[in-house]
Amino acid sequence: MKNLLTTEGLDGDVIAGFLDDADEFVEVLRRPIPKVPALRGRTVATMFFEASTRTRLSFEKAAKALSADTMSFSPGTSSLKKGEGLKDTVLTIKAMGVDLMVVRHSGVGVPWRIAEWTGLPVVNGGDGAHQHPTQALLDCLTLRQHFGSLEGLRIGIVGDVRHSRVARSDVFAMAALGAEVTLVAPPTLLPLDMVGWPATATSDLDDALTELDAVYLLRVQAERGGASVFPSFAEYRARFGMTTERMRRLKPDTVLLHPGPMIRGVEIDQEVADDPRMLVLDQVANGVAVRMAVLFRLMGGVPGE
Amino acid sequence: MRQVMDQDDISRALRRIAHEIVERNRGLDSILLLGIHTRGVPLARRLGNTLGEIESRTVPVGSLDIGLYRDDLDRRPTISLGPTEVPVAVDGQTVVLVDDVLFTGRTIRAALDALVDLGRAASVQLAALIDRGHRQLPIRPDYVGKNLPTAQAERVTVRIDEVDGEEGVWIVPADDGEGST
Repeated sequence: MKNLLTTEGLDGDVIAGFLDDADEFVEVLRRPIPKVPALRGRTVATMFFEASTRTRLSFEKAAKALSADTMSFSPGTSSLKKGEGLKDTVLTIKAMGVDLMVVRHSGVGVPWRIAEWTGLPVVNGGDGAHQHPTQALLDCLTLRQHFGSLEGLRIGIVGDVRHSRVARSDVFAMAALGAEVTLVAPPTLLPLDMVGWPATATSDLDDALTELDAVYLLRVQAERGGASVFPSFAEYRARFGMTTERMRRLKPDTVLLHPGPMIRGVEIDQEVADDPRMLVLDQVANGVAVRMAVLFRLMGGVPGE
Repeated sequence: MRQVMDQDDISRALRRIAHEIVERNRGLDSILLLGIHTRGVPLARRLGNTLGEIESRTVPVGSLDIGLYRDDLDRRPTISLGPTEVPVAVDGQTVVLVDDVLFTGRTIRAALDALVDLGRAASVQLAALIDRGHRQLPIRPDYVGKNLPTAQAERVTVRIDEVDGEEGVWIVPADDGEGST
């Protein structure tokens, strides 16, 4: 495997292989010295053309825990400001000696283009509203740790599915591991075209609620236009928010996930966000281990194989 | 393929090694056995049981995966990882590393690096079921089940019941396709 660009079409076995390695890296991260020499001498460049805190830091922590060196790139302080094109920028950085690029960009498909241009292994750190595969892997790891397996698990992904690369990546990864995924959103926030999605859809959260083993709450993506398609945040909360009242109607062992950043009071109530069944901090911790597994798998063998 | 040890030979060798460990580490205070993946792990477990019987006490046994410490990661396809489980803190313990075959010594070099990252052991000893020679590093075993003179190109195959469902040690000639180590 050379790149990790999308979860669409990934085999359940391949995903499980990443999660198996990630289990071992969870143990590595708990050691007194949470660092192994596996990728000594390799360099990872994090190329984030779009804002991010947790994903970039998580990749950098993962690379460092494997003893790789990291270089980071932010468009705000780069020559892109001077008018340099994307292709010249990435080829320049490649020429400095980089073994793998992690790419985030608001344009769909940019990580594929960069993989083509550079010939380097590329990990998609999020492209527009399209894909965010390492987020899906860490979500699956969190669920597998909690339930032992995703086989037959009923998962509801609730909120702004249309603008969510997290939802898109999760649907394919979770389904490949045997979960039954239901998308829950206002009709205006469901994907325009769900052909080929291994999931069902509904706009009635209250109806779906009591069947679910896990509820994945998405943030309303105001920056991608998500807030313009419903009347108000208060109305969104009333129909699709995880309120304390809805929380009481869940099965007692149902868990909540969230990709962060959480907007308390919109998709999740203040107290619900602090409930022990909310696994968001496990997700963040698992993010480092999963990204170690991905970097190790893409760079740990003979170069180019 | 020539068999050089059967199940009984392996049991006897492990029993003798256990007695040597007791002799050298009086009372077994602060002994920690760590088996190296894959076949070192069941061997360490058996040694631990035997030590327990001899001294009527439990001896902590753990496992060490050295994949992330190999010096040839960029020369082979991506490896799969095994669990590292260390039941007590390594600090101050006398650690006995257990492996099936001692050959070039590179696995043990990696294991020592892995161990140093886990804590500061009081001392480290090495037990190997088979020592087949051809060391490439200044590493020697403290306990050996059987010294097995081999040609560099020959291979030694160890099968352990818990891992392989059969048990024994074989020498595989250089031109034979099967086998390991």
